Amino acid sequence: MRAMNEILKLDHVTMQFGGLTAVNDFNNHVREGEILGLIGPNGAGKTTVFNVVTGVYYPTKGKVLFNGLDITSLKPHHITHVGISRTFQNIRLFQDMTVLDNVMVAQHHEIATKDAEKYLVKIGKSKYGANSTWFWRSVFKLGYLRREKEMKDKALNILEKLGLRKLAAEKASSLPYGEQRLLEIARALATDAKLLLLDEPAAGMNPSESQQLVQLIKWIRDEFKVTIFIIEHDMKVVMGLCERILVMDYGVLIAEGTPDEIQENKKVIEAYLGEEWSHVAE
Amino acid sequence: MNLYTFLQNLINGLSLGSLYALIAIGYTMVYGILRLINFAHGDVFMMAVYFAFFLVTLGKVPWLISFVIAILAAALLGFTIDRVAYKPIRNAPRVSALITAIGVSFFLESFAVVVFSGIPRSFRNIYPKFLNNMLILGGHEEVKYGRNVIVGGLRIPIVSFVILIVTAIALVILWWIIYKTKIGMAMRAVSVDIPTTSLMGVNVDGVIGFTFALGSALAAIGGLLWATRYPQLWPYMGFMPGLKAFIAAVFGGIGSIQGAVVGGFLLGLTEIMLVGFFPKMAGYRDAFAFLILILILSVKPEGLLGKRSVVKV
Amino acid sequence: MPMKLSNRTNFILTVALVFFVWLLLFFINGHMNTYMIRIVSLIGIYGVMAVSLTLINGITGIFSLGHSGFIALGAYTSALLTMSIHQKEVTFILDKVAWPFNSVQLPFLPATIIGGIVAAVFSFLIGWPSLRLSGDYLAIATLGFSEIIRILALNLRSITNGALGLKSIPQYTNVWWSWTWLLITVLFVGSLVNSSFGRALKAIREDRVAAASMGINIFKHQLLSFVIGGFFAGISGSLYAHWLTTIDPRTTSIGVMLTFNVLIMIVIGGLGSISGAIIGAGLFAILTEWLRFLEEPMKIFSFEFSGIAGLRMLVFSAMFVMVMIFWPRGIMGRKELTWNTLYSKLRRGSGESNE
Ligand SMILES: Nc1ncnc2c1ncn2[C@@H]1O[C@H](COP(=O)(O)OP(=O)(O)O)[C@@H](O)[C@H]1O
Ligand SMILES: [Mg+2]
Repeated sequence: MRAMNEILKLDHVTMQFGGLTAVNDFNNHVREGEILGLIGPNGAGKTTVFNVVTGVYYPTKGKVLFNGLDITSLKPHHITHVGISRTFQNIRLFQDMTVLDNVMVAQHHEIATKDAEKYLVKIGKSKYGANSTWFWRSVFKLGYLRREKEMKDKALNILEKLGLRKLAAEKASSLPYGEQRLLEIARALATDAKLLLLDEPAAGMNPSESQQLVQLIKWIRDEFKVTIFIIEHDMKVVMGLCERILVMDYGVLIAEGTPDEIQENKKVIEAYLGEEWSHVAE
Repeated sequence: MNLYTFLQNLINGLSLGSLYALIAIGYTMVYGILRLINFAHGDVFMMAVYFAFFLVTLGKVPWLISFVIAILAAALLGFTIDRVAYKPIRNAPRVSALITAIGVSFFLESFAVVVFSGIPRSFRNIYPKFLNNMLILGGHEEVKYGRNVIVGGLRIPIVSFVILIVTAIALVILWWIIYKTKIGMAMRAVSVDIPTTSLMGVNVDGVIGFTFALGSALAAIGGLLWATRYPQLWPYMGFMPGLKAFIAAVFGGIGSIQGAVVGGFLLGLTEIMLVGFFPKMAGYRDAFAFLILILILSVKPEGLLGKRSVVKV
Repeated sequence: MPMKLSNRTNFILTVALVFFVWLLLFFINGHMNTYMIRIVSLIGIYGVMAVSLTLINGITGIFSLGHSGFIALGAYTSALLTMSIHQKEVTFILDKVAWPFNSVQLPFLPATIIGGIVAAVFSFLIGWPSLRLSGDYLAIATLGFSEIIRILALNLRSITNGALGLKSIPQYTNVWWSWTWLLITVLFVGSLVNSSFGRALKAIREDRVAAASMGINIFKHQLLSFVIGGFFAGISGSLYAHWLTTIDPRTTSIGVMLTFNVLIMIVIGGLGSISGAIIGAGLFAILTEWLRFLEEPMKIFSFEFSGIAGLRMLVFSAMFVMVMIFWPRGIMGRKELTWNTLYSKLRRGSGESNE
């Protein structure tokens, strides 16, 4: 039986690329409403875990359950329909589109296709009834403009909350690095996700920016009522943000615990070979 | 189909296949390094044949020397195309490079129409007559229309053998260049990783230029043999063979030279055999190659000998 | 910050523009010579071709090289439907014309729409396998399919009259047909691009992985764009056939060469811009006509030059390569020519110092 509060469960997940085992028998879960951290040295397999969850890769072994629903074989767009959204380690914005359009695109799946409907209904989220008539309605503007305005208002609202509103008309590519990372989060939120997967959101930010990010992510969790699963290298961010931390090394989950427990853990310190770890211990 | 016609088709298929292979190598080498489908490759093939044609007819140069000059000229042309058209946009999106390649192909074809005229010309009087003679094995003599003629048996144009022999020699030389020379080693390195190779002090642009030249020379050899086998010249003659050679390269696994050779032979063989077994399908010969392409791409996009590449997220 | 025009002003200005263009067409049709009228019709046809390819290549980022196949399908289908039964009997000398074309004759409008539908059906069938491929492979596969269509046209003699092609197709295409279809195409494609679906298509062009993770079913959306582009390509094919009055399956007629020509139009206009596509189409039609003098006999300093066939295409392809090297974004880039951009240009031009 699954505990009531497990929103995501990775059930003995293994991911191999040819001879390389990037993730080895990963067996853990994310609790509803928590902020869970995933850390480990470069190449440990963290991003691969996200890729398996979001349907980019199909795991060699094991299953992924979301709210008890087996989502192992769903395509990436279906994963978004059920309520999981992500950001990318190497920013993947729609560079040549405006900030506003980037966020509005994330709502398109609500009207786009029938198969979105299937999943939206399953989780009780469908409001407009995504179906193929929306295509004709949007071309011939039959009741579409009102829908468009709703999407726009919602997008502006999210941008407002993340402090990006004044940049709405700018091209995504013209934003500074830190704001591009924020925009990725805004976009992920706009999909109406219940679970956010953030892949190194503080990478490339200066210390004060990453401190703000910690506050912002906590606030987002409460404001949008989402669960957050975060990969991060910046130990200050991880320790300040996460309630529980998982540590991976060479594809294997080597430790689990609260920030304090993790800092004490021998295996973890060995995995990091001191270097990166030292300035956390300070 | 009896044994004779089967053997006949086999040899013809192999000789057609070796032409595809010679052209396919140029595609695959360039693709391996730049990830660019060099649409102009088939037109280099066409230009080489015209060079040889005019050297012999206007320049009165002996055919063998003309052929050698044409091959060198094609190499120079390939090198120039890279320098003038592709090098300036090395860092542009790949679609730009592809569009430019289409533009270059279009330019060379129009150039040929303007300079060489769009009227087809015959290549027949350019090379020694005996190449078109038939080698006849087996069969029996009969008297027909008051003459002795041989009926049945195996008939293969001598040129088919010549094609096979020349291809074999060219492939050995290519193998030697790629695996036994310094520049060959540099080519292999560049095709794996351009930034690292250039950090190691290799002149990457030089290597790329050499690759274009080498591929174009092979295409020129293929073109001259092609014209000996199918002696009609016109400005668009490179288009179809070029596309099919590209298909052969994809078939064998683009980026792999062995793949290009294998793909070329397989495509040539299946094409000839298809027409041999189903003469009614002859009109669809070209469509067939594209069907193979689409099948291969949907079933095994990395080709027979290619490596699968995965996009990392 | 430039002030924006209201939606209402935008709408009124657009209607006024359409009205003005129609007045202009009226004038051209009444007062210009037949040659000019034909060129103006051709611009409309090229416009439909270019806008439909822009939707596929520029907006959605599917690098299709199969456009001539869909144009050919529309051209053959509609021409076979509008030609009189008697005319078809006279034309088809290799094989008798097959059912249903041996017994039907339709007016231009339904024939054109059927031509578009046939092209759309084929683009669905072709898109299904091709769109699973990525980038370059897709380009080659679509090119391959358009060649297969051409080869079928060469061989299915009872439908296409083989290498001889169709002759004496009624010359129905005039400025009204071609420009009305251009208007419909622009309105449809423009409205699509400016909707949530258009945003999704652009997102796919920008980053497939991210688009999928925003919940967009890439394959379905690409197929949608491909089929709509195919439909309008078929329409343009019908217009083209009834403009040319003869069509045949040579590469240089309705073959790959035509795809390349349309590609030139949209690259010069700016890959990804509808207004750019129309500008590119207009420039292409006008320049190819204007450059015609290159192929005519001429006299320079009392030296007689006989015309050289193909010189136009040589100039064009050279221009094309140079645009790609020195000016890869073309005239419009991915921007659209809208009233707002014009308006802010004007405002900047008058008074408020430059920049
Ligand atoms: N698509 C792929 N194909 C082959 N190997 C991969 C692929 N994706 C990731 N890997 C390998 O899996 C390992 C883990 O990668 P990743 O999950 O990105 O690590 P992390 O995010 O922890 O730095 C690395 O060795 C990486 O090279
Ligand atoms: Mg990672």
